[in-house]
Amino acid sequence: MAGKTLYDKLWDAHLVKQRDDGTALLYIDRHLLHEVTSPQAFEGLRFAGRKPWRLDANLATPDHNVPTTDRSGPIEDEVSRIQVQTLDDNCDEFGIVEFKMHDLRQGIVHVVGPEQGATLPGMTIVCGDSHTATHGAFGALAHGIGTSEVEHVLATQCLIQKKMKAMLIKVNGKLGAGVTAKDVVLAIIAKIGTAGGTGYAIEFAGDVISSLSMEGRMTICNMAIEAGARAGMVGVDDKTIAYFEGRPYAPKGANWDKAVQYWKTLHSDTDAKFDAVVELNGADIEPQVSWGTSPEMVVAIHETLPDPAAEKDPVKAEGMVRAYQYMGLKPGMKMSDVVPDRVFIGSCTNSRIEDLRAAAAVAKGRKVSSKVKQAMVVPGSGLVKQQAEAEGLHKIFIEAGFEWREPGCSMCLAMNADRLGDGEHCASTSNRNFEGRQGYGGRTHLVSPAMAAAAAVSGHFVDVRSLQEV
Amino acid sequence: MEKYTQFTGIVAPLDRANVDTDLIIPKQFLKSIKRTGFGPNLFDELRYLDEGQPGQDSSQRPLNKEFVLNLPRYKGAQILLARRNFGCGSSREHAPWALTDFGFRTVIAPSFADIFFNNSFKNGLLPIVLSEEIVDQLFNEVAANEGYKLTVDLANQQIVKPDGEKIPFEVDEFRKHCLINGLDDIGLTLQDADAIKIYESKRRQESPWLFDAIK
Ligand code: SF4
Repeated sequence: MAGKTLYDKLWDAHLVKQRDDGTALLYIDRHLLHEVTSPQAFEGLRFAGRKPWRLDANLATPDHNVPTTDRSGPIEDEVSRIQVQTLDDNCDEFGIVEFKMHDLRQGIVHVVGPEQGATLPGMTIVCGDSHTATHGAFGALAHGIGTSEVEHVLATQCLIQKKMKAMLIKVNGKLGAGVTAKDVVLAIIAKIGTAGGTGYAIEFAGDVISSLSMEGRMTICNMAIEAGARAGMVGVDDKTIAYFEGRPYAPKGANWDKAVQYWKTLHSDTDAKFDAVVELNGADIEPQVSWGTSPEMVVAIHETLPDPAAEKDPVKAEGMVRAYQYMGLKPGMKMSDVVPDRVFIGSCTNSRIEDLRAAAAVAKGRKVSSKVKQAMVVPGSGLVKQQAEAEGLHKIFIEAGFEWREPGCSMCLAMNADRLGDGEHCASTSNRNFEGRQGYGGRTHLVSPAMAAAAAVSGHFVDVRSLQEV
Repeated sequence: MEKYTQFTGIVAPLDRANVDTDLIIPKQFLKSIKRTGFGPNLFDELRYLDEGQPGQDSSQRPLNKEFVLNLPRYKGAQILLARRNFGCGSSREHAPWALTDFGFRTVIAPSFADIFFNNSFKNGLLPIVLSEEIVDQLFNEVAANEGYKLTVDLANQQIVKPDGEKIPFEVDEFRKHCLINGLDDIGLTLQDADAIKIYESKRRQESPWLFDAIK
């Protein structure tokens, strides 16, 4: 019999019941909540007179609507305020632990979970948010769910699931200097397309993935959904285990030893069979920039923008034409010809301490170009912000002309006051470049934190490696 | 949930691939804490010429007259015909809420994004996957015939064309059962409460660190 994939192991360990119709009842260990996708779920519980099945499986924090500027007053936008208030009220009423807006531990739910040890290897983790895939970096089965499922998990601690297929994406060899996890995942999406992973749970492996820090692995798993896969994951190794030592909700004492013993089994067996395998060579990956309105519309910084006329697939070609129109760009252009009006460093993809360090290293001793209207850094959580300040990163940013903000989703999806103006280009470390995502008419270019900082100080997109050479 | 019955409805063609959830319902409308009322803002950025705000009276806004849902011939459409990878992007259930609130009962496409596909069934919206060839053909027929209607017969898993031709489609047994009977998932799962409790107590013994840490 063939060995098991990591996904098989996680699936089997959470199977409550296999039903005859092919669906299964899967137990959920951890449920993260935020203000946007939960109000209707709580409303549903109340309406049906139901209570949460287990309180200690849930953790909530507001992130999408919180202001990233001064928070001493109430949230100005009334609709945002009501939504955050509704989360507070629901958590209070049902007894769910919440890091409220003024809590130091508040932040983007996908940054907060691992940081607190609320995310652990071997867990099933869900959240009403598609970037829940992030938590798979720790050898967990993590994916986004809709609001009906949020209610279902609250009420039953289970989900009705069908097993997905398993895909292995192996990134072999070594990355070149100045190439980061974000470049790797953008290159993967460019290769397999935004629907390439549909129906699959993706496991990322290979020497490049093993050599990445946990932050880097989170960046990769975060964007599995941009490749169409609900779940992305990486097997457990020593780095994974070391990450959790001393985290508030991580096991302690004898439980720690027992947990570590189990966690060490959380990797695919060498003879495991995958339904699909994709391989990339790390050395071939260069710093990436997205040019269009889909995360697969990506080029390496030195490439010229592709010609739709050369695209054989008519549906794709038409999408490219539409993207060029929306983005105000032309085939054959170089990304170095594009000036970002704004620069955004943040989001659940790239707002952890390592990301801020990488951006600060580029910003240090330089100034944001006068061509750039605004450059902002939004840490992923209050604790990331505190750590960055302890390291003096905020000073580097402020001196260079970046704004140093309070934690939240911010301009990643512009539900709060941070957004692009009509037609503005943005160098953004977030994960989606859809039309209107960062503001009505806004034009997003996805890049790594170092590339975003490089664009800010150069006044155009540029190969960060040209700034890093001594 | 209401029972999903057989119906015959007008087909509106949305001829673009990778229609994402930001396009289906832009984020400013996600601030609502209700499940209803999203219909006027379905495809907001395509339907109107201005930027929509939550709480605004959309009937007063300037329409993009060229957008397919604004064309008189597609008024009252209940079936949306779309291209591949429909519903990609976020997990927002507001996307199917907006589609059903507008009046759609089914979306036909060559492929759907996983989370959207799943969310649709929970809201009485039937996503139907047909081959690229058949979808292409339907686009042509819709364009050529004003008032083009299809009959969606979920019980027999087929779409019936105006000329009587039947197009079969696949649907998961469990999901079909829930749609046809208007069943609520939670109620069904709670019938297995004992199995959940047995699993849980075993898990508590084997992995005690997964319990009681957050309180
Ligand atoms: S940072 Fe962006 S992608 Fe991440 S959870 Fe917030 S809005 Fe979603």
